[in-house]
Amino acid sequence: MSAAVDLAIVGAGPAGMGAALEAARHGLRPVVLDEHGAPGGQIYRNIEGVTRDRPGDLAVLGADYGAGAALVAAFRAADIDYRPGSAVFEVGSGGLGVLSDGVARRLEAREIILATGAMERPVPQPGWTLPGVLSAGAAQTLLKASNLVPAGRVVVAGSGPLLFLLAWQLAEAGVDIAAILRTSPRGNLWRALPHALGLVGNPDVAKGLGWIRALKRRGIPFLEGVTALAAEGDDRVERVRYRRAGGETVLPADTLLLHEGVVPNPQLARASGAAHDFDAARGHLAARHDDWLQTSLDGVALAGDGLRIHGAKAAPALGRWAALGCLLRLGRLEAATAERGRAEARAEVARAARPQAFLHELYRVPDEPMTPRDDDTVVCRCEALTAGEIRRALALDVPGPNQLKAFLRAGMGPCQSRMCAPTVARMFAARDGRGVTEGDHFRLRPPVKPITVRELAEMQDLAAD
Amino acid sequence: MSDARFIVIGGGVVGAAISYGLARLGHPVTMIDGADDAFRASRANFGLVWVQSKGLGKPDYAAWSRRSAALYEDFRAELEDESGVDCAYHRPGGVTLALSDDELEEQVAILGQIRGEAPAGEFEFEVVERAQLDNMLPGLGPEVVGATYSAHDGETNSLFLLHALHGAFQRRGGAYVQGHHVTGIEAAAGGGYAVSTADGTVHTGDRVVVAAGLGNQELAARVGLEVPVRPVQGQVIVTERADPLLSMPTLNVKQTREGTFMLGASQAEVDYDITTDAAVLKRIAARNLRAFPFLSDLRVVRSWAGLRVMTPDGFPIYDQSPSHPGIFIATGHSGVTTAAAHAYVLADYFSKGEIGAELAGLSSARFHVQA
Amino acid sequence: MFRRRAAPAATVTVRLDGEAVAAAAGDSVAAVLLAAGADYRRHGVGGAARAPFCMIGNCHDCLVEVDGVANRQGCLVTVAEGMRIRRMRGKPVLAT
Repeated sequence: MSAAVDLAIVGAGPAGMGAALEAARHGLRPVVLDEHGAPGGQIYRNIEGVTRDRPGDLAVLGADYGAGAALVAAFRAADIDYRPGSAVFEVGSGGLGVLSDGVARRLEAREIILATGAMERPVPQPGWTLPGVLSAGAAQTLLKASNLVPAGRVVVAGSGPLLFLLAWQLAEAGVDIAAILRTSPRGNLWRALPHALGLVGNPDVAKGLGWIRALKRRGIPFLEGVTALAAEGDDRVERVRYRRAGGETVLPADTLLLHEGVVPNPQLARASGAAHDFDAARGHLAARHDDWLQTSLDGVALAGDGLRIHGAKAAPALGRWAALGCLLRLGRLEAATAERGRAEARAEVARAARPQAFLHELYRVPDEPMTPRDDDTVVCRCEALTAGEIRRALALDVPGPNQLKAFLRAGMGPCQSRMCAPTVARMFAARDGRGVTEGDHFRLRPPVKPITVRELAEMQDLAAD
Repeated sequence: MSDARFIVIGGGVVGAAISYGLARLGHPVTMIDGADDAFRASRANFGLVWVQSKGLGKPDYAAWSRRSAALYEDFRAELEDESGVDCAYHRPGGVTLALSDDELEEQVAILGQIRGEAPAGEFEFEVVERAQLDNMLPGLGPEVVGATYSAHDGETNSLFLLHALHGAFQRRGGAYVQGHHVTGIEAAAGGGYAVSTADGTVHTGDRVVVAAGLGNQELAARVGLEVPVRPVQGQVIVTERADPLLSMPTLNVKQTREGTFMLGASQAEVDYDITTDAAVLKRIAARNLRAFPFLSDLRVVRSWAGLRVMTPDGFPIYDQSPSHPGIFIATGHSGVTTAAAHAYVLADYFSKGEIGAELAGLSSARFHVQA
Repeated sequence: MFRRRAAPAATVTVRLDGEAVAAAAGDSVAAVLLAAGADYRRHGVGGAARAPFCMIGNCHDCLVEVDGVANRQGCLVTVAEGMRIRRMRGKPVLAT
């Protein structure tokens, strides 16, 4: 058994980097595990490569992206045991299972911070499994990491600030966008307005409005109030069908980019056994935590968008906050010092996350696409299970998602329910005529990341038993 | 008395098979199931319909397992007809691989004893040499020395079996209530029994079947039966799907019809704990990789720990309460193998009000015989 | 279908179904396939055409065979010189 490290951080996005820098600042050398080859997370994906190889694209990707360079540079310069290419497949019993270069190892850690970030809310639409239909974030990743943009007729659909940022970035990158279809109901604006107080002149809100104005200036059709969105085609998307007040429209399309907001990526935290509750206002699972961002598990904290969506600007402060708690528990900081640091981090988070409530209400996803009406819509992509098949099993009065999984294999495929869990949860709640609960979500089983039988059989730093 | 109203406590594979069996005999049945997060052995099962190695020193149980296996094909077909769910049962025989001569010898000795205890000709097995085994199973590792084979053995998808049983039961008009924790069983004022649940609901029936797995001990004690059960944890690994390769199950590795490989098995006395243990999973992976090296690069999609419902001697318990006639109990860890017998034979006994003499050796009396 | 906006700073050559294909150093395998054209893979369940959806390791629709190992997540594997990439047609076939 290898000696335990003091602090292991999962994720080298802004929250993980913020946590690591705070630990390093107090003389603790944390281990940072990240499955990608370079720091930055999804938000600052390939920031070093873009800055080095195609600096002209910093203008295309926007000022917020470029701002990540300083954080990454500080992270690189600090005394941190950074381990890229390391996927964490399990957290529990005071340690982590780490897979890198085809070798699985157990790493014991006294304190663990999960900074696994956000994911786009998976919302099943008819035809969303067709090639050529991608999430908006996927297109953004391809642009940042590989300088690839969709060719042909590109339709962008959904709601949320990232959708407009992506559309703006693609337009700046020379992509001809055929249409932007907005699915957020008009009523959202009224629900959002009470949260808008104090946001007048907020730079983030102003920036979002700026993207929309710029897109409209380019003459890109901006269609509001879109419903019944569907991708159609044989072996790839060929058409996008949708409804508006005026009736049904079919648009030819080679690429359809979907986005319905971002939610915490709950996979690792839930598989570790940390208690979660369903946050009805935000429409996603959220981990229970104490005032040091420690979960229900001793020595396992959460930071950044994995905790709750606060945005990239708040993430480093949330990382610092979690790290201060770890340092305190490790006896590396005086309580007063840690509390002072926390107060500063808390204020910074509040400042940076100010627009979140407004944005959430403005872009709240209506229930309808989350509980697909069309029986043929695939809900579980891995097992190719449709909404109709799930509804038929629900009619047998299955008590919950774990029994449903047993009956249908829903959520049993390689994605381990990442793509279908939120929808299945809503389908249970809809059947029973109540709100969604934590119990409507599949129980998660390790490994959270793919590990082969051989890698498991040869796992190191484990007693042979 | 096919109009006797039954309350079945437990919606796992034991309770559901009995409920289905009673419903097909025309009884009105209410099956009371627990919550979605209940410890459910049926959902953690390996899905073997397994006869070899069952019932060492207990010929009655060995015969019961064989009887169920013999009924299974009809059972599968009927369930598929009634529920539309194919539980993927087939009976190509099954093998227990040996990775050393010692393992093989030990296995042969056990099966030999079981054969000796069985009526002549009722249980057969073969010792398969390595060369012959290569014609039965592809890709065996160099350490595999041989195996025992029994034509009685087969496999099913235990999850789909549970689905099929629930579907067929409801199709037969059975009433299903879920999310209930049974808190009491009492004689009802006008005859029969009242089963009450934590939320205050009371279900009344003429007869009651207690098939609540690990919950049986407490419930049985209320009606004067001693049913000592304890959890024995087993961990299982499941891989991603691959093209069909294994045409028959082995004791610790099988390929499902979907293409996934299931790898088992472990036994641990860890009380009510269903967290997986990396060291145990490592051992399961390593052992089965020696048997089938081709598993090497398959990705593990899931692992889990389930709790077997274990009695002191490992055999099931079937009994009727002496103090509360008409209250029956069914408990055991091989509920998938015995499901056909539960649906077709045991349900018939419960319907008639008396458990057949061939199951007398499986009554709970064996645990309270005082010297 | 995706196109490259500019020639990459550095390239590596991979074998895609046996054909030599130039990729940008640092590219994910999924990006290489998306840039190479339409067809990505056939799903192991039902055989429908599938291609990457999320590109950050969640959806598992980017599965691809890399250096003889099936079902790797193409969006998480970085290309290397000489890497052998094969499109998958259904479930992996195991070599015994």
